[in-house]
Amino acid sequence: MTPPLESTGRGAPDTSVATVPHLPNDRWKPLEIVFWLLPVVAWFLFPDHLVLVSQIMIVGLFALSLDLVLGYAGIVSLGHAAFFGLGAYTAGLLSAHGWGEPVSGLFAAALVAGVFGFVVSFLVVRGQDLARLMVTLGIGLMLFEAANKAAFITGGVDGLSGMATAPLFGTFEFDLYGKTAFWYSLGVLFLLFVFLRGVVNSPFGLSLRGIREGGKRMPAIGTNVDRRLRAAYTVGAAIAGVAGALLAQTTQFVGLDSLGFPRSAELLIMLVLGGTGRLYGALVGAAVFMVAQDYISGLDPAYWQFYIGLLLVLIVLFARGGILGGLEKLVQRLKPSTRKEVA
Amino acid sequence: MIGNLVGVLFDGIAYGSLLFLISVGLSVTMGMMNFINLAHGAFAMVGGYVCVTLLSKLGLPFLATLPLAFIVAALAGLVLERLLYRRLYRAPHLDQVLFSIGLTFMAVAGATWLFGPTQQPVNLPDWLRGQVHVLGLDLGAYRLFLIGVVVLVTAALVLLIERTRFGARIRAAVDNQTAAEGLGINVSRVFSLTFALGSGLAGLGGGLGIDVLGLDPSFPVKYMVYFLLVVAVGGAGSIKGPLIAALILGVFDVAGKYYVPEVGAFVIYTLMVVLLILFPFGLVRRKA
Repeated sequence: MTPPLESTGRGAPDTSVATVPHLPNDRWKPLEIVFWLLPVVAWFLFPDHLVLVSQIMIVGLFALSLDLVLGYAGIVSLGHAAFFGLGAYTAGLLSAHGWGEPVSGLFAAALVAGVFGFVVSFLVVRGQDLARLMVTLGIGLMLFEAANKAAFITGGVDGLSGMATAPLFGTFEFDLYGKTAFWYSLGVLFLLFVFLRGVVNSPFGLSLRGIREGGKRMPAIGTNVDRRLRAAYTVGAAIAGVAGALLAQTTQFVGLDSLGFPRSAELLIMLVLGGTGRLYGALVGAAVFMVAQDYISGLDPAYWQFYIGLLLVLIVLFARGGILGGLEKLVQRLKPSTRKEVA
Repeated sequence: MIGNLVGVLFDGIAYGSLLFLISVGLSVTMGMMNFINLAHGAFAMVGGYVCVTLLSKLGLPFLATLPLAFIVAALAGLVLERLLYRRLYRAPHLDQVLFSIGLTFMAVAGATWLFGPTQQPVNLPDWLRGQVHVLGLDLGAYRLFLIGVVVLVTAALVLLIERTRFGARIRAAVDNQTAAEGLGINVSRVFSLTFALGSGLAGLGGGLGIDVLGLDPSFPVKYMVYFLLVVAVGGAGSIKGPLIAALILGVFDVAGKYYVPEVGAFVIYTLMVVLLILFPFGLVRRKA
């Protein structure tokens, strides 16, 4: 086992440079505001790629939910797609059976995924890394198998079709060019991001980091470790459910692959690519991954998986902390006097 | 019905012993180096492709290809351990998981490139096909052969670990690395050789398993959960634990698919979650 003092979450914000201990400051930094203007810029620059940008935002939201579970709470999960798929099927089934109102669909998805996440969290929190990995993986596979076998409800391998998402707020139709989907996804992503940003900077979020960095010491200062991990896992599950529901509503289709292991694995890859434990890493990773996937798999789909594998190996061996971790180091090297932080 | 039951039990034991053969290396490396290696199935796949290639391209007899599958997979394991794996022994589990998923993806893409995405056929020799009558029961000849091989390999493995000097070094390194090093054992070399041995056994299992598990590029992903399961349920670092776990899983998986096909793989996943809840540290817990 790693010694308790050593950081157990990879790519945890490098605190060794920050000599003065500081409490998280949740004031918005100029860089963050610039970051959130990027989607708006994308709206004007790439009007032909709105669907891709919306997908990036949805997957980014999904990656954010994993960042809370993995990057902050330090729970290694190989089955996070279970909650994504659960949310997608919840919203999809509601809509296919006549309840097409999107916002209430999101709430329903969050509720279903959150309740399931809460139940599962009791199993997940029990074991150590290997057992957690197996339980999350097993539950993901179980749900996949269930959706596959229950074809009379879910459509099985053919996917769930026949969805009709009602206009947003009763006025904005979901059009073919994805304009409504774009603003809808951006709005939901931003709201939930603000929520998560508040969560990770709250005392609760701090206690999660404490647990991640040294789980044995936290009980000593009176923290109920299991309960906090369960809470983080439940919130992560609910948000993953919302992301799934968003994808279902904007594409009007739910496929079995929304539950599958490859999706969980890809999600992990995006998160470590961007950098864990800093929220923005999830969004940057999702964007880079999806654009690269769009580009490379257009050239040659067979080799995409090879490059992704190679990328993972290289990140683990040479670039812990991902893109944002690397940028932070670069900025610190250039400006040794000032401390730069993104999240 | 009774004949049926015995048949299912027999198939389950054959299947379970194959799972054990492939996973035992994973158990030892996990217990020894505390490394979560999701790419273990890739070594089994290497063994499988070695067998298929030698059979179809060079026309070697089936029995002769098996040792070669072992050797090639063991060499692949040795090289990868020396070059890459050892850098991550002290890394967080997440890094190990990501690294080995990366290796798995590369292996899958590489196999697709080299051999194409289709299932590989295997031509078994005549004496391994068909049925054998044992005590009034019809048993598959190949499955009987499979069980025989696994019994032999397990016996050899137990002898190696319990009776030889190298085995004593392995046990010492599993129990306490620091103390073993202090006694002058070259732990890093023991790690390398053990990793190679485990990979080789996986390769052997992969070659033996083509007829039972099939062989296509998605093999390492498709069966990853089974191999991990054997180790997680059995308890890492021992031989007895994975053996029991593999037999239980094999029998339940075959029985589930035979008696309740509509539920399919559900049986095995449920069993896994239940077993992990009851025994969070595995059936046989190694005392350090």
